[in-house]
Amino acid sequence: MYSVRLLYIGALITFGVAFVALIVIPFMQLRPIPPESNLKPYTEQELRGRAEYISQGCVYCHTQQVRDPSIGADAAWGWGRPSVPGDYAYDYPHLLGTMRTGPDLSTIGVRQPNEQWHLLHLYNPRSVVSWSIMPSYPFLFEEKKEAEPGDIVLHLPKEFAPEGNIVVAKPSALDLVAYLLSLKRNFPVDDVKQSETSMEEQP
Amino acid sequence: MPTGSAFFLAITFLMSLAALWVFIYALMKGQFLVSQKQAKVIFDPGELGQVEDPAHSRQKPETNPFEKSSVELDDYAKERRELDLSGRRSVLIFFSSSIFWLVLASVFGLLVSLKFHWPEFLSDNQYLTFGRLRPLHLTMVTYGWMSMAGMGACLWLIPRLTRKALVGEKYCFIGSIIWNVGVLLGSICLFFGISEGVEWLEYPWYVDLIIATAGGLAAIPAIKTVIARTESHIYVSLWYILGGFLWFPMLFVVANIPGVHFGVEHAIANWWFAHNVLGLWLTPLGLAIAYYLIPKVIGRPIFSYQLSLVGFWGLAFFYAQVGMHHLIGGPIPTWLANLSIVMSVGMVVPVVAVAINHHVTMVGHFKKLIYSPTLRFVVFGAMMYTLSSLQGCLHALRTFNTVSHFTHWTVSHAHLGAYGFTTMVLFAAIYFILPRVLEKEWPFPEMISLHFWGAFVGIIIYVISTGVGGWLQGLELTDPSSTFQNSVLVTIPYLVARSLGGTLMVGAHIIFLVHVVCMFLGSRKSGDGPAFLNRPDLKERAADHV
Repeated sequence: MYSVRLLYIGALITFGVAFVALIVIPFMQLRPIPPESNLKPYTEQELRGRAEYISQGCVYCHTQQVRDPSIGADAAWGWGRPSVPGDYAYDYPHLLGTMRTGPDLSTIGVRQPNEQWHLLHLYNPRSVVSWSIMPSYPFLFEEKKEAEPGDIVLHLPKEFAPEGNIVVAKPSALDLVAYLLSLKRNFPVDDVKQSETSMEEQP
Repeated sequence: MPTGSAFFLAITFLMSLAALWVFIYALMKGQFLVSQKQAKVIFDPGELGQVEDPAHSRQKPETNPFEKSSVELDDYAKERRELDLSGRRSVLIFFSSSIFWLVLASVFGLLVSLKFHWPEFLSDNQYLTFGRLRPLHLTMVTYGWMSMAGMGACLWLIPRLTRKALVGEKYCFIGSIIWNVGVLLGSICLFFGISEGVEWLEYPWYVDLIIATAGGLAAIPAIKTVIARTESHIYVSLWYILGGFLWFPMLFVVANIPGVHFGVEHAIANWWFAHNVLGLWLTPLGLAIAYYLIPKVIGRPIFSYQLSLVGFWGLAFFYAQVGMHHLIGGPIPTWLANLSIVMSVGMVVPVVAVAINHHVTMVGHFKKLIYSPTLRFVVFGAMMYTLSSLQGCLHALRTFNTVSHFTHWTVSHAHLGAYGFTTMVLFAAIYFILPRVLEKEWPFPEMISLHFWGAFVGIIIYVISTGVGGWLQGLELTDPSSTFQNSVLVTIPYLVARSLGGTLMVGAHIIFLVHVVCMFLGSRKSGDGPAFLNRPDLKERAADHV
C-alpha cells in the first residue's frame, strides 16, 4: 500500500458494507414490528426497578432471551416460549444478557410470583436456594428494632436473620421486585407475522 | 420507503459494485505491488541479521549509546534516536497510566473471580458488589489498559515506520491526559452504579464524549505523520494502525448515539460494536506491534509480505460482519445470524495469512526466545492470536454455539484473545519501547522473567479452567433431563481454578508495575548492559549475529 487515501477508501467501504448489513438493514426490518399486544408497558415503579436492575449489574449473570427448544433446555425447564422482537418494544437499554450464571428471567414473574420470595432471595439468595452463587444485596434492605406501618418485613429463616433486629425492604428492593414480577413473557405471540424475514426463534 | 428484500438486495449489490470499482482502481494504481523488498523497510542498511532487543545496533561496542555526553552514533542511529523520542511525552503518559489501570483492573478481576465461588465475599458493600466490579474490570482493561498501551505503542511505531518525527505531537499529548480523565470519571460513575447498562458501553454519554475527543486528538498526529512520511511504502503495521484509528471512532459513535437504538435492534448494535472493538481496534493494535517486533527483533523480514495484504483486507472485510454470532438463537433475523456465522468462518483466511507471516518468520530463530524478553511476549501473543481466532471461527458454528453460548466458555475465549494475545503483545511493546524513550535500561531482568512466567502460567490456567467449566456448563444447559442447578454446580471447581490463574496474573502485573517504577526512578543506563534474559555474556555486546 502506498496511498493513505486509497487505504482509507478501502477501509471505509469494508466498514460501510458491514454497517449496512448489520445495522441499517436490521434497523429497517425491525422498526415496523409493533410491541406484542399482550405486553404491558412498564409502570413507574417497574421502570425504577429496571433502573435498579441496571445499576446492580444483574444483566451480567442473567439473560432475558428464551431459546428455541431445539437449541437448549429452556422450554423443558419451564422458562417459556422463544422470545420475539415484539417482547422488547419497551426495553431501553436492552437487557438480553450474555451469561447464564443465573437463570433466564423472561418469565420469572410467572415462575415465581411471590414478592416475599424475591425479597428473601435478594437479601440473601442462599436463604431460599442453598446452592446459589448469586451475591447478597443486604444494602437494599435495612435493619430495625421493630416494624413501622407500611413496612414490608422479611420472614427470614433463623440462621440468616440478624441478631435482635428485623429486616425491612427499602423502596429500591420493592421497585426491583416489582420489575422482576413484571417479566411475564410467556403470553402467546401475536398471530401477525413478526417481520418479512424468518427469525432465529419461531414461537 | 420500501423495505422489501429486493430493496436490500439492490443496496448490497450497488455497494459490492462500488467496492469492486475501488479495488480495480487500487490495483491499477499499483497499491498491491508489494514484495519482500517492502518487508525490509523496517531495517536500516546493515541491520538485516542483527538482533535488536534492546541492544542498539551500529554503535561502537565500547561506547554507551544512551549517555548524552558520549554519543557516537552513525547517522542512521542518530536519526532513529530522534524519531524514537519525538512522541516521548505521549508515549510515557499512555504507557505509565495504562500500567496503573492494568493493575487496578486485574485486582477487580480477581475480586470478581472470587465472588463466583465465594458469593459472600465483600457482598455487604454496594460499591464492591459483583454487578459493579465486573463492568469496572471490563471497561478498565479495555479503555484503561489495552487502548492506552496500544496508542502509546502506535505513537512510537509511527515515527519509526514513516521515518518522520511525530507531526502535531501536542495533540496526542493533550489526548493522553484527557483519555485518562475519561476513564477515571467513567470508573467513578460505575462505582456508583451510574451505567448505561450495555456491555462494553457502560460509560455514561458525557464520559463517551470525553473519550471520543481524546481519541480524536490522539489520531491527528497518527494520520498527519503517515501522510507526511518520507518512506514511500506504508508498512503493514501502519495499515492496521490507520484502520484502527478510523474504525474505532465510527463504532464508538454509532453504538453510543442516544435516541436511535431500540429494543432488539439495540442488542444488535451492542454486539456489532462490542465484537468490532476487539477485531477492528484491539486486534489492529496488537497485530501492528507483532508485525514490527517479530521481524525487527530477530533481524529477518516478514516471511511472505504479500500475504499481509490478504491478512489486512481479509480482516477489514470479514471481521466487521461477524458480530451477530453473539446473538445466535436470539430474537434476531435468521439471515443476520447466518451472515455472521459465514463471515466468522471466513476469518480463517486472514488469520491463516497472518499466522504464516508471524510463525514461519520465526522458524530458525526460536532459540532467541531464551534470552529476548520482547520476543517471548510477542511470539506467545501471536500464537494466542492464531489460537483464539481459529477457536472463534469454530464456535461460531451452530453445533458448537448451542453448547458454548451463555457459558464461561465465552469468557475463556475472550481472555485468550484479550489477554493471551493483545495484552501479551502490549507487554512486549512496553519492554521494547520504554528503554528507547526513557534512554535507560530495564534494571532487573529477573523481574521480567517472573512477569512472563506468572502471566503465562496464569493465562493458561485461566483459559483451560473456564473453557472446560464453560463447556460442561453448556452441556447441562442444553440437556432437558438435567437441571439449572447442575449447570451451576458443575462449574464451581473450575471457577476456583480460574481464581488461582487470576492470582498469578495479578502477581505478575504487580511485579511489572514495580519494575517500571524502578526503571523510572533508577539511573541504569545501557552501559550497564541491555536487559537480556539468561545471557550475561551478551550484556557486553552491542549486537548479536546468532
